[in-house]
Amino acid sequence: MTVDTQISAPQRSLPEATALKMQRRHARRLSIFDPEMVRQAAVRSFAMLDPRSMMRNPVMFLVELGTVLTAIVTVQSIVGGAAIGLIVYQTALTLLLLLTVLFANFAEALAEARGKAQADSLRATRQDTPAFRLDSIDSDTGHSVPSTQLRTGDLVLVEAGQVIPSDGEVVAGVASVDESAITGESAPVIREAGGDRSGVTGGTRVLSDRIIVQVTSEPGQSFLDRMIALVEGAIRQKTPNEIALTIVLAAFSLIFLIVTAALYPMARYFDLTLDIPTLIALLVCLIPTTIGALLAAIGIAGMDRALMANIIAKSGKAVELAGDIDTLLLDKTGTITIGNRRATQFVPLGGVSDRQLARLAGLASMADSTPEGKSILDLARPVTAVDGEVPAGSQFIEFTAQTRMSGVDLPDGTRIRKGAPDTLARYIQDQRGVIPQGYQPTVDAIASHGATPLAVAENDRIVGVVKLEDILKQGIRERFARLRKMGLRVVMVTGDNPLTAKAIAEEAGVDDFIAQATPEAKLAYIRKEQQGGKLVAMMGDGTNDAPALAQADIGVAMNSGTQAAKEAGNMVDLDSDPTKLIEVVEIGKQLLMTRGALTTFSIANDLAKYFAVIPAMFIVTLPELKVLDIMGLATKGGAYSAILAAVIFNAIIIPLLIPIALKGVTYRPVGAGALLRRNLLWYGLGGVIAPFIGIKLIDLIIDPLLALVGMV
Amino acid sequence: MGFNLAWLHPFWALGLPIALSFPIGWSMFRSLDPAPDRVGRGLDALPMFLCRLLGRRKPAEMDWKRYALAFLAFNMALFVLTFGLLYAQQYLPLNPDGKGSLGALGYKDAAGVDHPGADTGVVFNTICSFVTNTNLQHYSGEQHLSYFSQMGGIVWLQFVTPAAGLAVMLAVIRGLRGDKTMGDFYVDLMRILVFVFLPLCVILALVLVANGMPMTFEGAVKASPLDGAAAKMDTQTICRGPVAALAAVKQIGTNGGGFFGPNSAHPYENPSVWSNLIEITEIVVLPMASLVMLGLMLKNRAHAAVIYGAMLAFLVVGVVLAVHYEVQPSAATENLAVVQGPNMEGKEVRAGAISGATWAAMTTATSNGSVNSMHDSLNPIAGMVAMSNLMLNVVFSGIGAGFLNMLMYIIVAVFLAGLMVGRTPEYLGKKVEAKEVKLAMMAILLHPLLILAGAGLFAATDWGAKTTANPGPHGFSEILYEFSSACANNGSGFEGLGDNTPAWNVATGFVLLMGRFPPILLPLALAGCLATKKLVPQTAGTLKTDNLTFFGMLVGTVLLVGALSFMPALVLGPVADHLMAMKP
Repeated sequence: MTVDTQISAPQRSLPEATALKMQRRHARRLSIFDPEMVRQAAVRSFAMLDPRSMMRNPVMFLVELGTVLTAIVTVQSIVGGAAIGLIVYQTALTLLLLLTVLFANFAEALAEARGKAQADSLRATRQDTPAFRLDSIDSDTGHSVPSTQLRTGDLVLVEAGQVIPSDGEVVAGVASVDESAITGESAPVIREAGGDRSGVTGGTRVLSDRIIVQVTSEPGQSFLDRMIALVEGAIRQKTPNEIALTIVLAAFSLIFLIVTAALYPMARYFDLTLDIPTLIALLVCLIPTTIGALLAAIGIAGMDRALMANIIAKSGKAVELAGDIDTLLLDKTGTITIGNRRATQFVPLGGVSDRQLARLAGLASMADSTPEGKSILDLARPVTAVDGEVPAGSQFIEFTAQTRMSGVDLPDGTRIRKGAPDTLARYIQDQRGVIPQGYQPTVDAIASHGATPLAVAENDRIVGVVKLEDILKQGIRERFARLRKMGLRVVMVTGDNPLTAKAIAEEAGVDDFIAQATPEAKLAYIRKEQQGGKLVAMMGDGTNDAPALAQADIGVAMNSGTQAAKEAGNMVDLDSDPTKLIEVVEIGKQLLMTRGALTTFSIANDLAKYFAVIPAMFIVTLPELKVLDIMGLATKGGAYSAILAAVIFNAIIIPLLIPIALKGVTYRPVGAGALLRRNLLWYGLGGVIAPFIGIKLIDLIIDPLLALVGMV
Repeated sequence: MGFNLAWLHPFWALGLPIALSFPIGWSMFRSLDPAPDRVGRGLDALPMFLCRLLGRRKPAEMDWKRYALAFLAFNMALFVLTFGLLYAQQYLPLNPDGKGSLGALGYKDAAGVDHPGADTGVVFNTICSFVTNTNLQHYSGEQHLSYFSQMGGIVWLQFVTPAAGLAVMLAVIRGLRGDKTMGDFYVDLMRILVFVFLPLCVILALVLVANGMPMTFEGAVKASPLDGAAAKMDTQTICRGPVAALAAVKQIGTNGGGFFGPNSAHPYENPSVWSNLIEITEIVVLPMASLVMLGLMLKNRAHAAVIYGAMLAFLVVGVVLAVHYEVQPSAATENLAVVQGPNMEGKEVRAGAISGATWAAMTTATSNGSVNSMHDSLNPIAGMVAMSNLMLNVVFSGIGAGFLNMLMYIIVAVFLAGLMVGRTPEYLGKKVEAKEVKLAMMAILLHPLLILAGAGLFAATDWGAKTTANPGPHGFSEILYEFSSACANNGSGFEGLGDNTPAWNVATGFVLLMGRFPPILLPLALAGCLATKKLVPQTAGTLKTDNLTFFGMLVGTVLLVGALSFMPALVLGPVADHLMAMKP
């Protein structure tokens, strides 16, 4: 299933591989305020003022309407020859409100620009390449066409050095392919007809041999194209949680519209006619502009983060859904354990010393090039210097299906053999040799721990057993503990027998396992979990994984996998890294958290704004309310300073929070309660306190400025 | 100052209902939500028999729409019947004092001109008020209603309207629980009347009679005052009637509409210290008990405890603030040559300031609205406590209705908190999505809309501005309070307001209806939505709604949304009132 598809690449140690991946990610990561992107976004934020596009965002649309209204009143004041102070104040308000809208547009445009930049780097691989279209699979005849003319079902021949013109499936041949253009991974991978490694991506390069590829996507419809469209927002639809949140925000806006609108007649009772721009300023301060401005950016940034992790999500909804996953189906090999079994222990029997057994096992494995054989040598080397001991004239016995054992015959006549315990026992019995006491119990004990026993014999006696174990990936237990704290159940999928599977499952600390797993068993397991209301995520690559990938709520197909698998899943992992599911879940959670935290922050901000604006509004008729101005804001110039300070704070908090919107609120796997308390403290309580400080500071700055223009 | 027994009032008023809420809540759970195999058996045979008399053979399995329809149809019938009754009370029996039609009450307009004769406004307002379990009274019961109207109209509505509210709560809980059916409205109603209201009211009415409360069908007494000459009054008409029957259900059913105009400040409606303590206990006991029932029905006592705790926290703070500000002297007596004691303006002297303030906080927290002191005369901040209770409308509030109101805030809190823990929000194992959020926000939005738009409209126009008894912020408070009370279906008032005018009658009548039916039907629809959803299993990543963190989240949400919606209005009313009074 998830076999290592890299060829000729040396086995990298885990930290090394991680470091490489991080390095590659880093290359993709863009600085948040990249000058070029900032410029693009700034230009676009003006274009986005078009009311038709603003209407998608009810909160900011309301601000835009308010801006227009304020501008009209300001013009009236100017024409009507109002006091210079009032004109300056109203003009300042108009500009500030406009700035608020522009900041919101800027946040969205910047997020889009980042997505676009990511997409562009991928699009670069999609340049129009010539393709050699075959007439039929058996013939060598055909003609060269531009890749844009390829249709689903076309067969193209790709030879070494050529670029694969379109997404497709290898139908004949085998080749090594450089996919670094997409994955950033420099090591080539093997793609071959049949099996689970037949999918190729347009834009990747064939390094050796030749393959015939059947095109599986129409031009402009490949995964890359779809993703590019997605991140560029062309088909970005609001996700379910985003819709719900938009409703909450619209309702809050409506509440504050009622509150501010009602203030006008209420003030009439006190024989006060409130200034319309001031009311609009209050309204804009109160409605959740902060989250309203950043909502779209948060959503785009979520997909962007997925993309940075080299995951193509087919929709924003899929990314969001990932946060809700309850159960993860993870393959054992490659995800939980490193690829192959390794020798971990020598168990000598019948009075043989540890060192002797190591030496014999090492000698028997000298010519064994399987990973298991190498691991025996690795284990033996520190104990005894076997390498120097192979005498000339030694004859190595290869493993064959008939003998089911391997070993070496030394020139002095010593025969050393290793093999499965029962095979070797029969081999010794045939020679009427010695099977030491405790042999069978040792073998059984090793097997029951989920490890594989390998017996070693010298001539006619068994000298001991080598324990071959599945080696857990470094830190995988901690990772699963993290997942459990996040509320996820991890299920290990393995082809091993139940006994072995159980032992490994216990060691790795997974919650459940599917042993002797078939695609049907996986599908059944997913259905069972879903019937209990759980959301399941899985990763797969083979065509026979496709039903399970489609059934799972989040199906991540490996890019190395077949086209069928990629079609069935709702995400594609360009790295083909089985641990990626964990990251997918974290990205989803982060997305939701960021929205929740910034909404809370936005609404919590309002309290301080009341304390700033309300006393200022009624300073003339109800001077007693000055007591409520706990920030002690300047009131000399008709309290304009306090109102302007509130509006300025409301506007600049948007760009200040763009980094949080784009990076996401830090997710910690500490359980829901602790997470909520933490976020409430930062964004709830922080949201109450921050504006008190911010508004006061701004007031301190602008009051002298207003004095300069003669308003005080 | 020595130890004053009056200080026992707040402790009694909080402690006894809390203690009683558990046994009563448990028995409500047992009798109102019987297991399927106990339906119609044992005591449950009685309500089933009564339902059969009404032509219902066996309980229907209603979904939320049918339940809502039954609820509305029932209320429509109530509306029509009682409208006719009050309009034609002069033709009906039990009218020893020969009271005329309520529709002929007449009113005095803003300019002080009397408009005698036909005015259906007050009848419309009265019916709206009683059908909505509000009991806002723009008339005086002892002067304008016959005994038949009091008994057959007012008392009847005081029984069935809280019962209808509680019935909807039962249906909503069934929906949240994920039951297949939300129950049968009529069966629920009958069970509630038979097992909750009738037994409690019989006991309470007898106890109140024993405390000296009148219960008679005889007409008013004409008495000759001993000091008639000095008072320039030859005869005094002393009204009486079947008071105890009304007073019992008035209090226990979060009704509040008194037999007499001055409500429980009237000696016949609150004759002794004991009746005062009993009535104050009655105010909040059933709303509390309904939450105990909630925990048992949901099999999630911790979650119910969170809701109970949140409401109790608001109530305790309210009582403490109200009492604290009422034991201060009134600003009106400052610098006068009188003893500076507690604010006794508008207080029943027998009950005193502490009792009055406690009662004021509790009657506005629940949707009761009965009074034993005049809220208009409360010191501004104490008055603000009463007003804030009405504006929040989730501090126990009406029986059943209180939980329904709180449910809307719970949904919002769950939504925000759910996002903050990185999952699609869930409530009781059901996903909260766009539709639920929309329904909850509609309910939450309605409250400030009705109150602020109404108060704004009346403050700016002669409809309201000319009817206030005081100028400045206090007059504004009167207007604001009237709309808050109507919208919260409370029924108390800042009664300096001349509110028996067509404008007030029609406007508050409309607000009463809007403050009652959508806030009950929206949660019902929401529960109907949630009922059909798949149950999501709990994991460590799931937001818990049964712990202290969620308690904080819920209190914070209510406080923040409430404060943000109503703070400007409160600042212009009671806060300005308070600050101006403090001016040297």
